[in-house]
Amino acid sequence: MAIDFVVHEEVDGVGVVVVEGLKAGSDCTGWIMQENKTIQFKVLSDIPIGHKVALKDFAVGDTVIKYNTDIGKVVAPIKKGEHLHVHNVKTKRW
Amino acid sequence: MKKEFFGYRRENGRVGIRNHVIILPLDDLSNAACEAVANNVKGTLALPHAYGRLQFGEDLDLHFRTLIGTGCNPNVAAVIVIGIEPVWTQRIVDGIAKTGKPVAGFAIEKNGDLNTICDASRKAKEFMHIATEQLRVPCSVNELWVSCKCGESDTTSGIASNPTVGNAFDKLWEAGATTLFGETTEITGGEHLVLARCANAEIGKKFQYFFDRYAKVVDDHKTDDLCDSQPTKGNIEGGLTTIEEKALGNVQKIGRKAPVIGCLDKAESPTGPGLWFMDSSSAAAEMVTLAAAGGFVAHFFPTGQGNIIGNPILPVIKLSANPRTVRTMKEHIDVDVSGILRRELNLDEAGDLLLDMLTRTCNGRNTAAEVLGHREFVMTRLYESA
Repeated sequence: MAIDFVVHEEVDGVGVVVVEGLKAGSDCTGWIMQENKTIQFKVLSDIPIGHKVALKDFAVGDTVIKYNTDIGKVVAPIKKGEHLHVHNVKTKRW
Repeated sequence: MKKEFFGYRRENGRVGIRNHVIILPLDDLSNAACEAVANNVKGTLALPHAYGRLQFGEDLDLHFRTLIGTGCNPNVAAVIVIGIEPVWTQRIVDGIAKTGKPVAGFAIEKNGDLNTICDASRKAKEFMHIATEQLRVPCSVNELWVSCKCGESDTTSGIASNPTVGNAFDKLWEAGATTLFGETTEITGGEHLVLARCANAEIGKKFQYFFDRYAKVVDDHKTDDLCDSQPTKGNIEGGLTTIEEKALGNVQKIGRKAPVIGCLDKAESPTGPGLWFMDSSSAAAEMVTLAAAGGFVAHFFPTGQGNIIGNPILPVIKLSANPRTVRTMKEHIDVDVSGILRRELNLDEAGDLLLDMLTRTCNGRNTAAEVLGHREFVMTRLYESA
Protein backbone atom coordinates (compact mmCIF):
# COMPACT_ATOMS: atom_id res chain seq x y z
CA MET A 1 0.00 0.00 0.00
CA ALA A 2 1.33 3.46 -0.86
CA ILE A 3 2.46 5.44 2.16
CA ASP A 4 1.66 9.16 2.63
CA PHE A 5 3.34 9.65 5.98
CA VAL A 6 5.75 7.83 8.30
CA VAL A 7 5.67 7.58 12.10
CA HIS A 8 8.83 6.54 13.96
CA GLU A 9 7.10 4.86 16.93
CA GLU A 10 3.50 4.26 17.99
CA VAL A 11 3.88 6.51 21.08
CA ASP A 12 4.82 9.49 18.89
CA GLY A 13 2.36 12.37 18.50
CA VAL A 14 3.46 13.26 14.96
CA GLY A 15 4.01 11.70 11.55
CA VAL A 16 6.18 12.93 8.66
CA VAL A 17 4.63 13.43 5.23
CA VAL A 18 6.74 11.63 2.60
CA VAL A 19 4.79 12.50 -0.56
CA GLU A 20 4.73 15.79 -2.47
CA GLY A 21 1.62 17.95 -2.75
CA LEU A 22 -0.53 16.48 0.05
CA LYS A 23 -3.81 18.48 0.15
CA ALA A 24 -6.21 19.25 3.01
CA GLY A 25 -9.09 16.79 3.10
CA SER A 26 -7.03 13.87 1.70
CA ASP A 27 -7.43 10.43 3.21
CA CYS A 28 -3.93 9.39 4.19
CA THR A 29 -2.11 6.20 5.09
CA GLY A 30 0.71 6.23 7.60
CA TRP A 31 3.34 3.59 8.35
CA ILE A 32 4.55 3.19 11.93
CA MET A 33 8.11 1.99 11.37
CA GLN A 34 8.96 0.57 14.80
CA GLU A 35 5.79 -1.52 15.14
CA ASN A 36 5.37 -2.02 11.35
CA LYS A 37 1.70 -1.03 11.44
CA THR A 38 -0.39 1.21 9.22
CA ILE A 39 -2.92 3.87 10.28
CA GLN A 40 -5.35 5.97 8.25
CA PHE A 41 -7.06 9.35 8.73
CA LYS A 42 -7.94 12.59 6.97
CA VAL A 43 -5.43 15.48 6.96
CA LEU A 44 -6.88 18.95 7.65
CA SER A 45 -4.08 21.10 6.16
CA ASP A 46 -1.99 21.21 2.98
CA ILE A 47 1.28 19.67 4.22
CA PRO A 48 4.57 19.84 2.26
CA ILE A 49 6.80 16.80 1.95
CA GLY A 50 8.96 16.35 5.05
CA HIS A 51 6.62 18.35 7.26
CA LYS A 52 4.71 16.92 10.20
CA VAL A 53 1.08 16.03 10.71
CA ALA A 54 -0.41 15.91 14.23
CA LEU A 55 -1.64 12.43 15.15
CA LYS A 56 -3.77 13.76 18.05
CA ASP A 57 -5.15 17.02 19.43
CA PHE A 58 -2.62 19.19 21.29
CA ALA A 59 -3.25 22.04 23.78
CA VAL A 60 -0.87 24.92 24.52
CA GLY A 61 1.88 23.72 26.87
CA ASP A 62 1.70 20.08 25.77
CA THR A 63 4.92 18.23 24.94
CA VAL A 64 5.35 16.83 21.43
CA ILE A 65 6.84 13.33 21.28
CA LYS A 66 8.78 12.00 18.26
CA TYR A 67 11.32 9.12 18.32
CA ASN A 68 9.61 8.38 21.68
CA THR A 69 11.40 11.54 22.93
CA ASP A 70 10.51 15.16 23.78
CA ILE A 71 11.02 17.45 20.75
CA GLY A 72 9.45 20.65 22.13
CA LYS A 73 6.36 22.42 23.47
CA VAL A 74 3.07 23.42 21.88
CA VAL A 75 2.52 27.22 21.67
CA ALA A 76 -0.78 27.26 19.71
CA PRO A 77 -3.59 24.65 19.73
CA ILE A 78 -3.27 21.88 17.11
CA LYS A 79 -5.98 19.46 15.92
CA LYS A 80 -5.36 15.90 14.82
CA GLY A 81 -4.61 16.02 11.07
CA GLU A 82 -3.23 19.58 11.08
CA HIS A 83 0.22 20.79 10.06
CA LEU A 84 2.54 20.88 13.10
CA HIS A 85 5.61 23.11 12.72
CA VAL A 86 7.34 26.33 13.89
CA HIS A 87 4.01 28.24 13.94
CA ASN A 88 2.65 26.06 16.76
CA VAL A 89 5.65 24.25 18.35
CA LYS A 90 8.89 25.66 19.86
CA THR A 91 12.08 24.26 21.38
CA LYS A 92 12.38 23.95 25.16
CA ARG A 93 16.15 24.54 24.95
CA TRP A 94 16.94 27.84 23.26
CA MET B 1 30.62 -5.43 2.45
CA LYS B 2 33.86 -6.12 0.62
CA LYS B 3 36.68 -6.58 3.14
CA GLU B 4 39.35 -5.28 0.78
CA PHE B 5 39.93 -2.22 -1.34
CA PHE B 6 42.86 -0.69 -3.19
CA GLY B 7 44.39 2.25 -1.34
CA TYR B 8 47.68 4.06 -0.84
CA ARG B 9 49.78 2.80 2.05
CA ARG B 10 51.76 5.71 3.47
CA GLU B 11 55.20 5.78 5.10
CA ASN B 12 53.67 5.60 8.62
CA GLY B 13 51.43 2.63 7.76
CA ARG B 14 48.17 4.60 7.50
CA VAL B 15 46.00 3.99 4.45
CA GLY B 16 44.69 6.72 2.14
CA ILE B 17 42.23 6.57 -0.75
CA ARG B 18 43.47 9.68 -2.59
CA ASN B 19 46.94 10.76 -3.61
CA HIS B 20 47.02 14.55 -3.39
CA VAL B 21 50.07 16.80 -3.45
CA ILE B 22 48.86 19.83 -1.51
CA ILE B 23 50.18 23.38 -1.40
CA LEU B 24 49.35 24.50 2.13
CA PRO B 25 49.45 28.14 3.23
CA LEU B 26 50.46 28.85 6.82
CA ASP B 27 48.46 32.09 6.72
CA ASP B 28 46.11 34.21 4.63
CA LEU B 29 49.04 36.19 3.16
CA SER B 30 50.47 33.08 1.53
CA ASN B 31 47.35 32.06 -0.39
CA ALA B 32 48.44 33.90 -3.55
CA ALA B 33 51.81 32.12 -3.71
CA CYS B 34 50.18 28.74 -3.02
CA GLU B 35 47.64 29.26 -5.79
CA ALA B 36 50.42 30.31 -8.17
CA VAL B 37 52.38 27.12 -7.41
CA ALA B 38 49.26 25.00 -7.93
CA ASN B 39 48.77 26.76 -11.26
CA ASN B 40 52.37 26.07 -12.30
CA VAL B 41 52.47 22.43 -11.27
CA LYS B 42 49.52 20.53 -12.69
CA GLY B 43 47.82 18.05 -10.42
CA THR B 44 48.74 19.82 -7.19
CA LEU B 45 46.06 21.35 -5.02
CA ALA B 46 46.26 24.67 -3.14
CA LEU B 47 44.26 24.94 0.09
CA PRO B 48 43.69 28.67 0.60
CA HIS B 49 42.15 29.81 3.89
CA ALA B 50 41.51 33.04 5.75
CA TYR B 51 43.57 32.73 8.94
CA GLY B 52 46.91 32.36 10.68
CA ARG B 53 47.81 35.86 11.80
CA LEU B 54 47.84 37.12 15.40
CA GLN B 55 46.07 34.07 16.76
CA PHE B 56 47.06 32.98 20.26
CA GLY B 57 46.44 30.40 22.98
CA GLU B 58 44.06 27.51 22.27
CA ASP B 59 42.91 29.15 19.04
CA LEU B 60 46.49 29.14 17.72
CA ASP B 61 46.98 25.54 18.89
CA LEU B 62 43.89 24.57 16.89
CA HIS B 63 45.23 26.44 13.83
CA PHE B 64 48.47 24.42 13.92
CA ARG B 65 46.66 21.16 14.73
CA THR B 66 44.32 21.65 11.77
CA LEU B 67 47.08 22.48 9.26
CA ILE B 68 49.48 19.78 10.47
CA GLY B 69 46.64 17.24 10.62
CA THR B 70 45.60 18.12 7.07
CA GLY B 71 49.14 17.57 5.83
CA CYS B 72 49.44 14.29 7.78
CA ASN B 73 46.17 12.90 6.34
CA PRO B 74 46.95 9.70 4.40
CA ASN B 75 44.94 11.00 1.42
CA VAL B 76 47.87 13.40 1.00
CA ALA B 77 51.04 12.05 -0.64
CA ALA B 78 53.25 15.11 -0.20
CA VAL B 79 53.04 18.69 1.05
CA ILE B 80 54.48 22.09 0.16
CA VAL B 81 54.02 24.62 2.99
CA ILE B 82 54.30 28.33 2.28
CA GLY B 83 54.22 30.97 5.02
CA ILE B 84 55.07 34.63 5.37
CA GLU B 85 57.95 33.88 7.78
CA PRO B 86 60.12 30.80 8.30
CA VAL B 87 59.62 29.84 11.97
CA TRP B 88 55.92 28.99 12.01
CA THR B 89 56.27 27.60 8.46
CA GLN B 90 58.90 25.17 9.78
CA ARG B 91 56.61 24.24 12.70
CA ILE B 92 54.03 22.98 10.18
CA VAL B 93 56.72 21.19 8.14
CA ASP B 94 58.12 19.47 11.25
CA GLY B 95 54.64 18.33 12.32
CA ILE B 96 53.93 16.77 8.94
CA ALA B 97 57.44 15.29 8.60
CA LYS B 98 56.71 12.93 11.51
CA THR B 99 54.61 10.86 9.09
CA GLY B 100 57.68 10.32 6.90
CA LYS B 101 55.98 11.74 3.80
CA PRO B 102 57.74 14.26 1.52
CA VAL B 103 57.23 17.81 2.85
CA ALA B 104 59.05 21.10 2.31
CA GLY B 105 58.51 24.65 3.57
CA PHE B 106 59.09 28.03 1.91
CA ALA B 107 58.97 31.48 3.53
CA ILE B 108 58.14 34.67 1.64
CA GLU B 109 59.97 37.30 3.76
CA LYS B 110 63.40 38.18 2.28
CA ASN B 111 62.40 36.34 -0.94
CA GLY B 112 59.18 37.91 -2.17
CA ASP B 113 56.34 36.04 -3.82
CA LEU B 114 58.07 35.41 -7.17
CA ASN B 115 61.25 33.70 -5.90
CA THR B 116 59.16 31.74 -3.39
CA ILE B 117 56.78 30.59 -6.10
CA CYS B 118 59.73 29.56 -8.30
CA ASP B 119 61.49 27.53 -5.57
CA ALA B 120 58.26 25.99 -4.29
CA SER B 121 57.14 25.08 -7.81
CA ARG B 122 60.38 23.19 -8.50
CA LYS B 123 59.91 21.18 -5.30
CA ALA B 124 56.21 20.64 -6.01
CA LYS B 125 57.10 19.25 -9.46
CA GLU B 126 59.51 16.81 -7.83
CA PHE B 127 56.76 15.76 -5.36
CA MET B 128 54.25 15.26 -8.20
CA HIS B 129 56.60 12.80 -9.88
CA ILE B 130 57.02 10.90 -6.59
CA ALA B 131 53.28 10.86 -5.87
CA THR B 132 52.21 9.78 -9.34
CA GLU B 133 54.46 6.73 -9.12
CA GLN B 134 52.65 5.50 -5.98
CA LEU B 135 50.61 2.37 -6.67
CA ARG B 136 47.32 1.41 -5.09
CA VAL B 137 47.77 -1.76 -3.02
CA PRO B 138 45.28 -4.14 -1.38
CA CYS B 139 44.14 -2.76 1.98
CA SER B 140 41.72 -4.07 4.58
CA VAL B 141 38.51 -2.38 5.74
CA ASN B 142 39.84 -2.36 9.30
CA GLU B 143 42.47 0.13 8.12
CA LEU B 144 39.79 2.58 7.01
CA TRP B 145 38.84 5.72 8.95
CA VAL B 146 35.34 6.98 8.04
CA SER B 147 33.70 10.14 9.42
CA CYS B 148 30.10 11.34 9.17
CA LYS B 149 28.22 14.60 9.35
CA CYS B 150 24.83 15.51 7.91
CA GLY B 151 23.73 18.81 6.38
CA GLU B 152 20.65 20.71 5.28
CA SER B 153 18.84 17.96 7.14
CA ASP B 154 15.12 17.51 7.05
CA THR B 155 12.78 14.94 8.51
CA THR B 156 13.74 12.40 5.82
CA SER B 157 17.29 12.53 7.23
CA GLY B 158 16.09 11.21 10.58
CA ILE B 159 13.80 8.62 9.01
CA ALA B 160 16.11 7.21 6.38
CA SER B 161 19.46 8.71 5.31
CA ASN B 162 20.92 9.12 8.83
CA PRO B 163 19.83 5.60 9.91
CA THR B 164 21.43 4.34 6.67
CA VAL B 165 24.73 5.79 7.85
CA GLY B 166 24.04 4.22 11.26
CA ASN B 167 23.55 0.83 9.63
CA ALA B 168 26.80 1.22 7.64
CA PHE B 169 28.66 2.44 10.76
CA ASP B 170 27.48 -0.66 12.67
CA LYS B 171 28.86 -2.89 9.90
CA LEU B 172 32.14 -0.92 9.70
CA TRP B 173 32.49 -1.24 13.48
CA GLU B 174 32.00 -5.00 13.22
CA ALA B 175 34.70 -5.06 10.53
CA GLY B 176 37.15 -3.24 12.83
CA ALA B 177 37.16 0.17 11.13
CA THR B 178 37.57 3.56 12.83
CA THR B 179 34.50 5.83 12.67
CA LEU B 180 33.71 9.38 13.80
CA PHE B 181 30.76 11.61 14.56
CA GLY B 182 30.62 15.14 16.01
CA GLU B 183 28.42 18.24 15.64
CA THR B 184 28.27 19.06 19.35
CA THR B 185 25.37 21.53 19.34
CA GLU B 186 23.31 19.30 17.08
CA ILE B 187 23.16 16.68 19.81
CA THR B 188 21.10 19.07 21.97
CA GLY B 189 18.00 17.07 22.86
CA GLY B 190 19.70 13.72 22.27
CA GLU B 191 22.73 14.08 24.55
CA HIS B 192 21.33 11.47 26.94
CA LEU B 193 21.38 8.94 24.06
CA VAL B 194 25.06 9.59 23.31
CA LEU B 195 25.95 9.47 27.02
CA ALA B 196 24.22 6.09 27.30
CA ARG B 197 26.43 4.82 24.46
CA CYS B 198 29.74 5.93 26.02
CA ALA B 199 31.84 2.86 26.85
CA ASN B 200 32.59 3.95 30.42
CA ALA B 201 31.96 6.76 32.92
CA GLU B 202 35.22 8.53 32.14
CA ILE B 203 34.39 8.78 28.42
CA GLY B 204 30.88 9.94 29.36
CA LYS B 205 32.36 12.65 31.55
CA LYS B 206 34.55 13.87 28.70
CA PHE B 207 31.57 13.94 26.33
CA GLN B 208 29.58 15.95 28.90
CA TYR B 209 32.53 18.35 29.27
CA PHE B 210 32.63 19.03 25.52
CA PHE B 211 28.83 19.28 25.34
CA ASP B 212 28.62 21.76 28.24
CA ARG B 213 31.56 23.79 26.90
CA TYR B 214 29.79 24.25 23.54
CA ALA B 215 26.40 24.88 25.19
CA LYS B 216 28.02 27.74 27.13
CA VAL B 217 29.21 29.34 23.87
CA VAL B 218 25.62 29.22 22.60
CA ASP B 219 24.24 30.58 25.89
CA ASP B 220 26.81 33.39 26.05
CA HIS B 221 26.15 34.64 22.53
CA LYS B 222 22.52 33.82 21.72
CA THR B 223 19.88 36.49 21.48
CA ASP B 224 16.32 35.24 22.04
CA ASP B 225 16.93 31.87 20.37
CA LEU B 226 18.88 30.35 17.49
CA CYS B 227 16.03 30.41 15.01
CA ASP B 228 17.25 30.36 11.42
CA SER B 229 20.62 28.96 12.50
CA GLN B 230 19.69 25.92 14.60
CA PRO B 231 17.54 24.64 12.98
CA THR B 232 18.61 26.43 9.79
CA LYS B 233 16.25 28.02 7.28
CA GLY B 234 16.77 24.94 5.12
CA ASN B 235 16.01 22.60 8.02
CA ILE B 236 12.77 24.47 8.75
CA GLU B 237 11.81 24.49 5.07
CA GLY B 238 12.39 20.74 5.18
CA GLY B 239 10.01 20.30 8.11
CA LEU B 240 12.32 20.21 11.13
CA THR B 241 10.78 22.30 13.90
CA THR B 242 13.17 22.30 16.88
CA ILE B 243 16.81 21.56 17.74
CA GLU B 244 15.63 18.54 19.73
CA GLU B 245 13.93 17.04 16.69
CA LYS B 246 17.00 17.76 14.55
CA ALA B 247 19.32 16.21 17.16
CA LEU B 248 17.25 13.02 17.48
CA GLY B 249 17.52 12.60 13.72
CA ASN B 250 21.22 13.47 13.79
CA VAL B 251 22.20 10.81 16.34
CA GLN B 252 20.69 8.08 14.14
CA LYS B 253 24.03 8.26 12.28
CA ILE B 254 25.88 6.47 15.09
CA GLY B 255 23.85 3.32 14.59
CA ARG B 256 22.80 0.96 17.33
CA LYS B 257 25.76 -1.29 18.08
CA ALA B 258 29.09 0.45 18.64
CA PRO B 259 29.96 1.99 22.00
CA VAL B 260 31.59 5.44 21.91
CA ILE B 261 35.15 4.53 22.83
CA GLY B 262 36.62 8.01 23.06
CA CYS B 263 36.00 11.75 22.80
CA LEU B 264 38.38 13.99 20.87
CA ASP B 265 38.92 17.73 20.93
CA LYS B 266 38.74 19.48 17.56
CA ALA B 267 41.16 18.08 14.92
CA GLU B 268 42.59 15.46 17.28
CA SER B 269 43.19 11.91 16.01
CA PRO B 270 41.79 8.63 17.37
CA THR B 271 44.24 6.19 18.95
CA GLY B 272 42.49 2.96 17.97
CA PRO B 273 39.57 1.46 16.06
CA GLY B 274 35.92 1.97 17.03
CA LEU B 275 33.39 4.80 17.19
CA TRP B 276 34.75 8.20 18.30
CA PHE B 277 33.13 11.55 19.07
CA MET B 278 34.87 14.78 18.07
CA ASP B 279 33.81 18.10 19.56
CA SER B 280 33.07 20.17 16.48
CA SER B 281 30.98 22.83 14.86
CA SER B 282 27.79 21.69 13.17
CA ALA B 283 28.60 23.87 10.15
CA ALA B 284 29.33 21.34 7.41
CA ALA B 285 32.61 22.64 5.99
CA GLU B 286 34.09 23.29 9.44
CA MET B 287 33.22 19.83 10.72
CA VAL B 288 34.46 17.99 7.61
CA THR B 289 37.70 20.03 7.66
CA LEU B 290 38.24 19.00 11.30
CA ALA B 291 37.54 15.34 10.46
CA ALA B 292 40.10 15.51 7.64
CA ALA B 293 42.62 17.08 10.02
CA GLY B 294 41.89 14.24 12.47
CA GLY B 295 43.03 11.78 9.79
CA PHE B 296 39.75 10.50 8.34
CA VAL B 297 39.94 9.40 4.69
CA ALA B 298 36.28 8.97 3.65
CA HIS B 299 33.14 10.79 4.75
CA PHE B 300 29.43 9.92 4.76
CA PHE B 301 27.22 13.00 4.31
CA PRO B 302 23.46 12.46 4.45
CA THR B 303 21.40 15.42 3.29
CA GLY B 304 17.71 16.19 3.19
CA GLN B 305 17.25 19.50 1.39
CA GLY B 306 20.54 19.21 -0.51
CA ASN B 307 23.77 20.43 1.09
CA ILE B 308 26.41 20.39 -1.67
CA ILE B 309 29.60 20.49 0.42
CA GLY B 310 32.91 18.83 -0.40
CA ASN B 311 36.45 18.93 0.96
CA PRO B 312 39.76 19.22 -0.91
CA ILE B 313 41.33 16.05 0.54
CA LEU B 314 38.47 14.08 2.14
CA PRO B 315 36.04 12.55 -0.38
CA VAL B 316 32.47 13.34 0.76
CA ILE B 317 29.92 10.67 -0.19
CA LYS B 318 26.42 12.20 -0.34
CA LEU B 319 23.25 10.31 0.27
CA SER B 320 19.66 11.51 0.42
CA ALA B 321 16.25 10.00 1.08
CA ASN B 322 14.27 13.07 0.03
CA PRO B 323 12.77 12.18 -3.38
CA ARG B 324 12.49 15.85 -4.36
CA THR B 325 16.18 16.48 -3.58
CA VAL B 326 17.22 13.32 -5.42
CA ARG B 327 15.22 14.55 -8.44
CA THR B 328 16.09 18.27 -8.45
CA MET B 329 19.73 18.02 -7.29
CA LYS B 330 20.70 14.61 -8.62
CA GLU B 331 24.19 15.64 -9.72
CA HIS B 332 25.10 16.10 -6.04
CA ILE B 333 23.82 12.74 -4.74
CA ASP B 334 26.03 9.63 -4.80
CA VAL B 335 23.54 7.27 -3.15
CA ASP B 336 19.74 7.52 -3.44
CA VAL B 337 17.99 5.92 -0.45
CA SER B 338 14.56 7.49 -1.05
CA GLY B 339 13.23 3.95 -1.60
CA ILE B 340 13.14 3.59 2.19
CA LEU B 341 10.25 6.09 2.33
CA ARG B 342 8.33 4.04 -0.22
CA ARG B 343 9.10 0.81 1.67
CA GLU B 344 10.96 -0.47 -1.42
CA LEU B 345 14.27 -0.57 0.45
CA ASN B 346 14.98 -1.56 4.04
CA LEU B 347 17.74 -0.05 6.21
CA ASP B 348 19.95 -3.10 5.92
CA GLU B 349 19.84 -2.92 2.12
CA ALA B 350 20.37 0.86 2.20
CA GLY B 351 23.41 0.42 4.48
CA ASP B 352 24.84 -2.09 2.00
CA LEU B 353 24.27 0.34 -0.91
CA LEU B 354 26.22 3.00 1.00
CA LEU B 355 29.03 0.57 1.84
CA ASP B 356 29.23 -0.48 -1.79
CA MET B 357 29.65 3.19 -2.73
CA LEU B 358 32.30 3.50 0.01
CA THR B 359 34.28 0.62 -1.51
CA ARG B 360 33.98 2.14 -5.00
CA THR B 361 35.07 5.54 -3.62
CA CYS B 362 38.03 3.92 -1.85
CA ASN B 363 39.02 2.21 -5.09
CA GLY B 364 39.09 5.55 -6.87
CA ARG B 365 35.60 6.56 -7.98
CA ASN B 366 35.39 10.33 -7.54
CA THR B 367 32.38 11.49 -5.54
CA ALA B 368 29.82 13.99 -6.84
CA ALA B 369 31.42 16.69 -4.68
CA GLU B 370 34.89 15.92 -6.08
CA VAL B 371 33.71 15.92 -9.69
CA LEU B 372 31.82 19.18 -9.20
CA GLY B 373 34.90 20.82 -7.65
CA HIS B 374 33.67 21.30 -4.08
CA ARG B 375 36.81 21.96 -2.04
CA GLU B 376 35.49 23.77 1.01
CA PHE B 377 38.45 24.06 3.40
CA VAL B 378 37.17 25.99 6.40
CA MET B 379 39.16 26.32 9.57
CA THR B 380 37.42 26.64 12.92
CA ARG B 381 38.26 29.70 15.03
CA LEU B 382 37.67 29.81 18.79
CA TYR B 383 37.83 33.59 19.35
CA GLU B 384 39.17 36.92 18.02
CA SER B 385 42.77 37.49 16.95
CA ALA B 386 45.00 39.53 19.27
